[in-house]
Amino acid sequence: MSLHDFIALSPILTLGAFALVTMLAIAFQRHHARIATFAFLSCLFTLATVPWAATVVPRTVTTLLVVDRHALLYMGLILTTTMVIIALSYRYLIIQFREEEGVEEYYLLLLLATFGGLVLTTAAHFVSFFLGFELLGLSLCSLIGYLRTRRHPLEAAVKYLLLSITASAILLFGLALLYFESGAMTFQGVGAILKQAHSVSALWLGGLVLVLVGIALKLGLAPFHMWIPDVYQGAPTPITTYIATVSKAALVALLLRFATEVGVLELPAVAHLFSLLAVVSMVTGNVLALLQQNVKRLLAYSSIAHFGYVLVALLAGGPPAAEAVTFYVFVYCAMSLGAFGVVTVYSSEAGDKNRVEDYQGLFWTRPWLAAMLALSLLSLAGIPVTAGFIGKFYAIMAGVDAGLWWLVLALIANSVVSLYYYLRLIVTLFGEVAAPATLPEAQTVQMPAYVSWTTVCSLGFVASIILLLGVYPEPLIHLIRDSVSNLLMVAMQRP
Amino acid sequence: MSLWLLILIPILAAPFAWMAQQQSRSAPRWITLGALSVDGLLALFLGTGNHAVQASGHVAWLVESRVSWIPHWGISLHLGLDGLSLILIVLTAVVGVVATMASWTEIQSRVGLFHCNVLLALGGVIGVFLAIDLFLFFFFWELMLVPMYLLIVIWGHAQRRHASFKFFLFTQAGSLVLLVAIVALALLHQQATGHPSFDYADLMELTLSPEMARWLMLAFLIGFLVKLPAPPFHTWLPDTYTEAPTGATIILAGILAKTGAYGLLRFTIPMFPEAMHEITPIAMGLGVVGILYAAVLACAQTDIKRLVAYSSISHMGFILLGTFAGTELALQGVVMQMVAHGLSTGGLFLLAGALEERYQTREMGLMGGLWAVTPRLATMALVFACASLGLPGMANFIGEFLILFGSYATQPMMIILASLGMVMAAIYSLGMMQRTFFGRQQDTRSVSDLSNVAFGTVLLIVALQIWLGLYPRVVLSTAQPVMNQLVQASASSPTMPHPPSESLLSSHLTTSQGSTP
Repeated sequence: MSLHDFIALSPILTLGAFALVTMLAIAFQRHHARIATFAFLSCLFTLATVPWAATVVPRTVTTLLVVDRHALLYMGLILTTTMVIIALSYRYLIIQFREEEGVEEYYLLLLLATFGGLVLTTAAHFVSFFLGFELLGLSLCSLIGYLRTRRHPLEAAVKYLLLSITASAILLFGLALLYFESGAMTFQGVGAILKQAHSVSALWLGGLVLVLVGIALKLGLAPFHMWIPDVYQGAPTPITTYIATVSKAALVALLLRFATEVGVLELPAVAHLFSLLAVVSMVTGNVLALLQQNVKRLLAYSSIAHFGYVLVALLAGGPPAAEAVTFYVFVYCAMSLGAFGVVTVYSSEAGDKNRVEDYQGLFWTRPWLAAMLALSLLSLAGIPVTAGFIGKFYAIMAGVDAGLWWLVLALIANSVVSLYYYLRLIVTLFGEVAAPATLPEAQTVQMPAYVSWTTVCSLGFVASIILLLGVYPEPLIHLIRDSVSNLLMVAMQRP
Repeated sequence: MSLWLLILIPILAAPFAWMAQQQSRSAPRWITLGALSVDGLLALFLGTGNHAVQASGHVAWLVESRVSWIPHWGISLHLGLDGLSLILIVLTAVVGVVATMASWTEIQSRVGLFHCNVLLALGGVIGVFLAIDLFLFFFFWELMLVPMYLLIVIWGHAQRRHASFKFFLFTQAGSLVLLVAIVALALLHQQATGHPSFDYADLMELTLSPEMARWLMLAFLIGFLVKLPAPPFHTWLPDTYTEAPTGATIILAGILAKTGAYGLLRFTIPMFPEAMHEITPIAMGLGVVGILYAAVLACAQTDIKRLVAYSSISHMGFILLGTFAGTELALQGVVMQMVAHGLSTGGLFLLAGALEERYQTREMGLMGGLWAVTPRLATMALVFACASLGLPGMANFIGEFLILFGSYATQPMMIILASLGMVMAAIYSLGMMQRTFFGRQQDTRSVSDLSNVAFGTVLLIVALQIWLGLYPRVVLSTAQPVMNQLVQASASSPTMPHPPSESLLSSHLTTSQGSTP
C-alpha cells in the first residue's frame, strides 16, 4: 500500500481512529456533553478528509475497497447526516435518560454504524460488503434497543435483530452461490461471467436474486417491508432517523456499485424483479400509509414508497439512472431528517408525541417547528421550491428517458395517493388547537441554553438544504454527474 | 429584470404582510393592496412603455428576460410579457384587490397570515403568466397551489378539510400528468438536437410524430382542463368554491381558473396544432356539455355560492369552446371572456360572501325579500346577474358573443346548443335574484347593508364591466397580435383544412371590429 492508498482511505481510517478514541474516552470518564461533542467533531474531521481523499481518486485500495468520487460523495452525505443526528440526539437523550443509566456508548455505536456505512460505500468485494453490512446492522440493533428499560425499543430491537439475521443469512447464501458459479469474490469477477456467456446458469441467477433480496430486506422494499413500521415506531426517534437516512443511503451506494459492476440490470429477469419490487413498494407503502394514525408509522410506510420511486429511477439504467437515484437519496435524507427531526424535538418535551392528534394545531403554538414539519412533508410530497420536487422530477426524467411509461405512470398515481396522507398531517398542523388538558408540563429536566441552539441550528440547516436544493440544484447535480461518471469509469477499467 | 419585479413584489411583500399583523389588523390589508396596485401599474407601464419588439423564435415578446438556471437540463429563468400575459396580470392585480376588499370584514383571525398567503398565491399566478420556460412554468403552476390550499384549510367553512383535499388532489393529479408531458418534450428535444431544453421557443420548433403529439397534447389538455375546469374534471370546483373563504373563492374563480385557459392558449395550441385539430370536435363537445350541464345544475341549486360556482363552470365552457374553434374572432372572445368572467364572478362571490356573513347561511330558501333590507347589495347583485346572463353593454356579452360568432362556422350545431347556455344563464341568474331578493322575507333579523368599502369595490368592478362592455377595444387590440400568431400557428399545420367561408367571415368581422370602436 502506497501513501496515496492511505490518503484515499483517510475518511475510513480517521473515523475508525476516532471511534477507538471515543471508546477510550468513555472508559476514562463518562461525560455526556463532552462525548457528544467529541463524536460530532469526529464526523466533522472525517468529513474534512473527504476533499483530501478526492485528490487521489479513483483508486482501488487492496482488492476489497474502491475509493472513487461516488463513494466519497455518499461518504459526505452519510457523515453530514450523522452529524445532524448527533446534534438532535443530545437533547433527546438528556430527557429520555436518567443520569446513572450511562448514555455515552450511544455515540460510540453511532460512530461504529457510520463506519460500517463508509465501508459499504467503498465495498467492491464480498468480504468488505459483508463486513460493512454487519457492522452497520449490529450497531443499529443495539442502538434501537438502547432505551433498554422501555418495552417498545426492546421489541423493535428484537425485530431488527431477527431481520438482520435473516437478511445476512440470505445474503451469505446468495454470495456463496455466486462464488460457487463464478469462482470470484469481487463484484467485477462475478459480473465477468455475464459478459462472457450470453446465458447464465440458474445457480448464478439464483445467487444474484438472493443477494438482491438481502439488500431489499435491509432497504425495506415491499414485500420485504414487514419490519419497517414496527422498528420505526419502536426505536428512539433519532435512531429511526438514522435507519431512514444513513443506513439506507449506504445500501443504495452499494447497490449502485453492485448493479453497475455486475451489470445486473441488463438481465431481463432482474429488471422484471426490480419493476415488480418498485410497483409493489409504491403501492403497499402509500396505501398502508393512508391508514396510519401514528406519525412515525406513517413516515415509515412513506419511506417504503419512496424507495419504490428510487427503484423506478434505478431501472432506467445508464448514467441518468444513477444520477437520479443519487439525487433522490440525497433529497430523501434531507426530507427525512426534517420530518423525523421535528418528531424528535417535539417528542422529547412531554413524552412521545407520535399520534397524529398530538400535532393538532401545532402551527399556532410552535409555528417554527410546525413550519419545518410542513416543509419536510411538502418536500416528501414533491411540491416545488422544495428538494423533493427536483428529486421526483429527476426520477421521472430518467424513467421517461428510458421509456418506462408504465412505471412512470405508477409513480405519478402513487404521488397523488401519497399527497392525501401528507396533506392530512399538514391540515392537522393548522387545525384548531386541542385543549391542553393532558399536558401537566412535565418539563422536569433543566436544559442549558445551548441545547435549544443546537436544535435550531440543525433543523435550520436541514430546512435550508431542502430549500436550496429545491431552488438551485445545479451544484449538487454537477457533483453527482462527476461521481457517476467516475463510478462508470471505474466499472469499465477494472480488470 | 423588471419582469422579475412583477413576481417578486407580491412574494416579497408577503412576509411583511404577515409581520404587520402586530402593528394593527388593517396593516396587512393595506400592504396587500399597495403591493397589488404597484404590481398592476408596473405591468401596465411595462406593457405600454415597451414597443420595441424583441423576437425570440417566431414569438414576439414585449419584454423578455432570460438567465440560466439549471443548464444541465436546458432550464433557464426565462420570462416573457406579451399582450395576453399583460391582460391577465392586470386582471390578477384587480381581482387580488377585490379579494382583499372582500375579506376586509370577513377575515378577523390571523389576518397577517391570510394576506401573506394571498400575496404568495398571486405571485405564483403572475409567474405562471410570465414563464416561458416550461419547467419554470410548472414551478409557478405548483407554487400557487400551496398557499391556496392553506387559505381554504385555515379560513374555510365547515367542510373545509374535505374541500381542500379534493381541490389539491385533483389539481395535483392533473399537474403531474402535465409534468410527464413536459419532461417527455424536453427529452424529445434532446433526441433531436443532443441537449435537453425546456424553452418555449425551442420546443415550438420541435417536429413530433403524430402519435407522440397526440399523447402529449392529451396530457397537456388534462392538466389544463382540470384547472379550467371542464367536465368530467370539474367535480372539485363546487365544493372548493363553496367552502373557501370569500377572498379565496374570488381568487380561485377569478384568476386560477384562467391559468388553465392561459395554458391552453399559450402552450397547447401552438405546440400541437395538428393534434389539437384532430380533437377539436371532442373538446368543443366537452365545452358544450360543460356549458349546458353546469347551467342545468346551477338552476337546481339552493345554495347561493354553489349556484355561482356552477354558473362559473358554465361560463368557462365558452372559453373551452372558443379556444378550440381556433378562429381569430373566437380567440379574441376567449380573452375577453376571461377578463369579463374574472370580474363578474369576483363580484358575485363577493356579494354571496357578504350575504353569508350576514345570515350565516347560504341557503336561498332562508333569505328572500332582501331588496328592501339591503338595497345596495340587492342592486349590485342585479347588475352582476345581468352581466352573467350576458346583457349587452357588459363585458360578458362581448366575450360570449364573439366566441359564439367566431366559432359558428366551424361547428354550427354545437354553437346552436351552446347559445342555449345563455338562455339558461338568464333562468338561473334571475331565479337567484327572485329567490334571494324578492318574494316574502324569511329571515326578519335586521342586518346592515353593504359596507362602504365593499360597495366601493363592487362599483369599481361594475365600472370596469361597463367600460369593457362598451369599449372592448382596449382588451381586444392588446391581445390581437398574440391571437393573430395563434391562428397562424394552427393554420400553418399542413393537415388543417381551411374552409374559405370561415376565413372570409372572420376577416370581415375583424375589420369591422377594428373600425367600430
